[in-house]
Amino acid sequence: MKVSTKVVAAGLLLVALLMAGVVSRFASSDPDGLTKVSEDHGFADTEKARDSPVGGYGAVTGVLGVLVVLGLAGGVTYAVRRREYDDDREHGHEHEHEHERVE
Amino acid sequence: MHVPDGFLDAPTSVATGAVAAVAVGVALRGARRELDDRTAPLAGLVAAFIFATQMLNFPVASGTSGHLLGGALAAILVGPYTGLLCMATVFLVQCLLFADGGITALGTNIDLMGVVTVLVGWTVFKTLQAVLPKRLSMVAPSAGIAALVSVPAAAGCFVILYALGGTADLSLGNLAAAMIGVHVLIGIGEAVITFLAVGSIIAVRPDLVYGARPVLETRELEVRIPGAVA
Repeated sequence: MKVSTKVVAAGLLLVALLMAGVVSRFASSDPDGLTKVSEDHGFADTEKARDSPVGGYGAVTGVLGVLVVLGLAGGVTYAVRRREYDDDREHGHEHEHEHERVE
Repeated sequence: MHVPDGFLDAPTSVATGAVAAVAVGVALRGARRELDDRTAPLAGLVAAFIFATQMLNFPVASGTSGHLLGGALAAILVGPYTGLLCMATVFLVQCLLFADGGITALGTNIDLMGVVTVLVGWTVFKTLQAVLPKRLSMVAPSAGIAALVSVPAAAGCFVILYALGGTADLSLGNLAAAMIGVHVLIGIGEAVITFLAVGSIIAVRPDLVYGARPVLETRELEVRIPGAVA
């Protein structure tokens, strides 16, 4: 089954939104590996905790996070991508000379 | 494995911040070679997918959970440089918007869960690709193994950082055993998610998986030979 890039992109976005907005409510609320180790080994109290501006992870804030990450990462990677004219410019000299000769 | 403020001292946090800044700078330059008009739109989605998947903590042992880190997955899907940019974006948003990971520990978190998992994951993946048969069916299992190794590697690097600048006086041997032990278990979850994600995209569009491209090129050559003979 061959699908278009747009379908793959839409699928990735849909899965990300479903995981952040729906599946996340079934996530384990137990401490993660590092937090548990810090509790067991007596250095959990060295943590300087602070409050989340959006109130932590939830269905709505999770979807918000997905969209913010998509915008930021998408923007950065779109900005640094290789463009058609970059390839032309890298081989530009030969092309220019050929062009002059033709004219 | 998000390191909060306070676990590591200031000099160590400054040093890890500097390493992260250099790594992101290198990635910004290197990503240009990996991204073209066809693949660039997918990179942001891979970052969004990893952010969402990191929210899904799965139980690994009594009273302990773990979640995907995603560096191996990102490197194999979009390339190691672009993959690191995706990971750094995820940690930046988690830190600033969700207070998940300390502000002074942002560099530490980019280094451990981004640079280490991307480097280790990509190196293991490319090594497997070099020694295993050049088949498309090998890509997703290799990605899973790379992901499995990347998680305890990041845990081990945390212990090294803690040895250099941890704020509590601990037995480093015990810390290493506990951190690597639990992160091998988390690594199994990482391997399953990475295998499924890479395998799903390979099933529909293998050409969109950066790590599968060398195998696809080999396959195209194989197809042309009988055509030329006939």
